[in-house]
Parts: sequence; structure tokens; C-alpha cells
Amino acid sequence: MSQASAVRGLSTPRSAKKRSHVSRFSHRHVDPAFYWMAVPAAILFAAFLYFPFLRGVGYSFTNSQGYGTSHFIGLRNYAALFQDGRVGHAYLFTFLISLAITLLVNFIALFLAVALNAHIACKTGLRAIFFIPYTLAVLVIGYVFRYLFMTVVPSWGQSMHSSWLSQSMLTNESMAWFPIVFLAVWQGVAYSMLLYLAGLQTIDSEIYEAASIDGANGWKAFWSITFPLMKPFLTINLVLTMKNAMNTFDQVVALTGGGPNSSTETVSYLIFNNGLTGGEYAYQTANAVIFFLVLLVIAGIQLGISNRSEEN
Amino acid sequence: MTNVQTAKTRAGENGAANDEHINVFVDSPETERIRRSQEIRDSHGRPKKSHDSAGRINWPLTVVLMFLSLGVLVPLYFTIVTAFKTPAEAGTFALPHIWHWENFATASNMINFPRVALNSLIITVCAVALTLVTNTFVAYAVARNMDKRFFRFLYYFFIAAMFVPFPVLMLPLAKQMGVLHLDNIVGLIVLYVIMGLGTNMFIATAFIRSIPFSLEEAARLDGAGTWTIFFRIIWPLMGPINATIAITTTLWAWNDFLMPLIILTDSSQTTIPLAQYVFSSQFATNYPVAFSSYLMAMLPVLIVYIFSQKWVISGVMRGAVKGE
Repeated sequence: MSQASAVRGLSTPRSAKKRSHVSRFSHRHVDPAFYWMAVPAAILFAAFLYFPFLRGVGYSFTNSQGYGTSHFIGLRNYAALFQDGRVGHAYLFTFLISLAITLLVNFIALFLAVALNAHIACKTGLRAIFFIPYTLAVLVIGYVFRYLFMTVVPSWGQSMHSSWLSQSMLTNESMAWFPIVFLAVWQGVAYSMLLYLAGLQTIDSEIYEAASIDGANGWKAFWSITFPLMKPFLTINLVLTMKNAMNTFDQVVALTGGGPNSSTETVSYLIFNNGLTGGEYAYQTANAVIFFLVLLVIAGIQLGISNRSEEN
Repeated sequence: MTNVQTAKTRAGENGAANDEHINVFVDSPETERIRRSQEIRDSHGRPKKSHDSAGRINWPLTVVLMFLSLGVLVPLYFTIVTAFKTPAEAGTFALPHIWHWENFATASNMINFPRVALNSLIITVCAVALTLVTNTFVAYAVARNMDKRFFRFLYYFFIAAMFVPFPVLMLPLAKQMGVLHLDNIVGLIVLYVIMGLGTNMFIATAFIRSIPFSLEEAARLDGAGTWTIFFRIIWPLMGPINATIAITTTLWAWNDFLMPLIILTDSSQTTIPLAQYVFSSQFATNYPVAFSSYLMAMLPVLIVYIFSQKWVISGVMRGAVKGE
């Protein structure tokens, strides 16, 4: 009886249940098995995700080194963070490469998706090739690119007698951002491309046929049909790519190790490097809290902008 | 995916039309599959059913795309040829004079490849299996009780974690795993199962809500309990979503570097990507050996991908559209 009423389709008179657990949201009785399914997971989730997150917030108000005794020091970590040039540089660097990665990934991915959706030969094979980077470990392919940028690209530079190319970009403070952005884009395009392809398949081909009768082809069709209909996918992609790019970590480890002269440290890399091995445990947990707030604000701004542009 | 599962999925999707929550994207895997089968028919020149313009192939665009695909293929080619060279030969795109297969043995001995590959395999298989079984029934419980305040709260409780990036909680988490003596493979598996829950549930709930209640009602009238109904009826119907979860979890657990880096403390439990990091300074003296190691790290996934690329791509696409 109580099991049968667990099915939502059967309406249950609200007064019929005596021993049941009635919530104010709905008066239907819920089979206890559903609680057994969800509650243990929620407890584990809290224990391994929300609890460490809140512990991190707690540590950020102490002078803990990750071990031994520590005591409450109020907001001093936060005050120090805002005066720390290295931290400021890491935020600026992370934000700038994220902007570059996001723009490049979405531009290339949208182009590839539209091209792969057109009438071309070897469509499946080409799509499979462009998706390969998604299946590779960033760190491992990153080591391949490190060697290319360290040895092969400078040797091209020497044969072309180009002085700026003959020196490795990885050891040049003002150029070391390029291999990192290159690797992130090389690897990140695949997933965005697939999302755009999924979006393109939701557009009915009859719209294009109708448009081509009216004389709209190629670029005109793209700007007047494809682009407006793809806006939701554009929003999702921009938010996701930006979020991933802001967390750039593997690329830095593989290519530069934060150098030269800490010029390519991203925020994640700084949190890891100085927090776990540099004796700045509590200081970097405070940095992580700030980082979390910054990411929330960026995602909020992006969603706000896209909501407004969709209204117009 | 078997035909039986496809048929069942289709039944589920037809039923969804009667449901008040029609998911716009529910049809997309089907539509995609039908479209792709049409594409194949076109490229093989068999009788075409599709619309008039399908016949004209855009050759200039095909050539441009083939040229661009070199951007992906050339680094892979470079990895392969470098892996077989001597240190003196390395650094060019030329084929090796003699194919030095012994580089692989050297690399394998150096990083103890059989051991780290086994570690990666254990972690990936256990994480995927546990994720497939547990994450789906959590999603089922939440999806079927969204009219209840408690379960609606749980839905947002799980989803909200997607906005907490891993770097934010890694320092306290690393410490906590150490205290709990979970700074090993077991702890890593537990974390993959838990950390994936938010995304997986997001993907799965939309699908579960499209499965009609009538199937469950019939089983309930026959006396089946909620657990039986889930494992006998719902879980088999979730074939496409299970494939998506399995593919994304496999790629994540196999390729992940940051989580093993901060969680694992015993060097005998190293994973494949972590081993490349640990040996990176030793590798700097002999790049061909390093590249054989990189190639061995990439090959397992690449080989599986080559033989199942359509399945992998449609699986990831299904998750991308429904999930994020």
C-alpha cells in the first residue's frame, strides 16, 4: 500500500497517511528506500566536499602550516594577500590567459563545428581526429609540447634566422604565456566543438533551405540563422571554457613549472605549490577562498551579460 | 549499445511525450544517430533518402579541414617517431633510421610501467563501476521525488558542488585524506565516485524523468520494491546515460593528474600521468625514452578510442547537451 503510493502517478489523499513522513512541499508518502538511496550519498558528499571546503575557510583565519599547533589570527592572511605582488600577478596572469584561451577556443571550435556540419567528405573521420585531444592526459601531451617548444621551434627559428624564435619561448619571461595558451587551446577545442556540433544538430535544416530560396547563403545564413540560434550554446561554452581556463594547472606543471621567475604561475598552481610544499598552508587556503569568490563573480557576470543579450 | 536497449530507450522517449516535463534534448541522441546513418549512406554513394542538397560535397572546405587536422596529427606523429629514435636523432620530424624498440623496455623499467598501469587500471575500473551503480540510484531517488522539499534540497545540494573548483578545496582535502588514512588508491576511488556525483546526477535526472511511471507502477503492483524496480527496470533503461557516465568517468580517472598528485603519498601507488611527472627530471637526459613513456601513457586510451570513436563521441555529446 505505502509502496504503491510512492509512485507519483497515483494520487494519495492527504489525510490517508498516519505514520508517514509528511513534508510541507507535497503530502505524498515517500518510500523509505528512496532515503536509503540518497541520504548516505549526501552524507559522504558533505564529508568529502563541503566539510573540507568549510575547514579551508576555517584555516584561512589561522596561521596553520598544515601540521602542528596554530592559532586564530583573524583577517591577517587576507590583508597580506591583497599586498602580495606574487599573488596579484598570479591572478592577473590567470585572468589574461583565461580570456585568451576562452576567445580562441570558442572561435576555433565554432568554426570547426560549422565546417564539420557542412556537406564535406570524411565527416566522421575528421570529427574523430579533432576530438582526439580530449582523450589525452593534458600533462602527458604537455610534456610533448614542452619538448617541441624547447627544441624544435627554436631550431626552426635558427634556420629562419629569426632571433626571437631561436630562443625557447619557455625560458623567455614575456613569451612563456604563449605555449601555455597554445596547449590549453589545442586540448580545449575538442569539447567545445562537440557542444557546438550538438547545438547545430538542433537547428532544422529546413530553415536553411527556406533561407537559400530567399538568397541567404554562406555568411549571411550563418549570421542571420546559425549564430542567433546557437546563442544558448555559446553561453554555456563561454562559461565552461572560462571556468576550465581559470583552473589551468596541468599545462603550467608540464610546460614551465611556474617559471621563468614565477611569471607563469596561475592561481591554482600557486595554491598547490606554496600551500603544500612552501609552508604557506593557511595563507594559501585564504587565497583559495578569494579564488572561489572571484570565480563565482566571473560566472555571475558572464551569465548576466548573456541573459541581457538574449533579452534584447 | 544493443538493439534491445535502443528499443527500450525509444519506448521511454515516446512515453515522455505524455509526461508534463518534456525534455527538449531527449530526442537528440536518436536524431543524431539517424542523421549519422544518413551521412554514411551518402559517403558510400548508396541510394540517398535525404534532401536535395546532400549530394554536393564541399571539397574546398574538406581540404581546409584536412589541413587543420594536421594540427592534431602532427604532434602525435612526432611523439611516435621520437619514441623510436636515439637521443642524437631526436628533435626532427624525420623517421628514425633504425626503429629502437628497446626504448620502450628502458622506459617501462624506469617508471615500472606494469605497476603504474595496473594502479591506473584498478582506479579507473573501480571508479567507473562504483560510479555507475551508485550515482544512478542517487539520481533516481532525487528525480522521482522532486516534489518533496527534502529531495529538491538534495538536488541543489549535489549540483552546487559543481561550482566549487577542485583547487579551492584541495589543501584541506589532502590533509583530511591523510588523517583518515585514505591517502591511497582506495581514497582516490572514493573521491572520483563522490566528485563526479554532481555532474552525473545533473545528466541522469533529466533522463530518468523522461521514463514513464507506468512501467514502475506495473512492477509495483506485482510486489516489487523500490530497489528491485531500480535495478531491474530503471537501470537497464538508462543505457545511453550509463554509457555517457562510463566514458566521461573513464577519461577523467585515467588522465587525471592533480588529484593523484595531492592525495597519493605512497610511491608504489603512482598512476600513469603521475609517474610521468615524478620521472620528468630523469627523462630530461634521454628524450626518446621519455617519449616512449609518453606514448605508452597515451596508447591505451587512443587504441580504445580508435575502435569506439563514434560511441565515445556520441556518449560525450549526450552528456554535454543534457548536462552542462
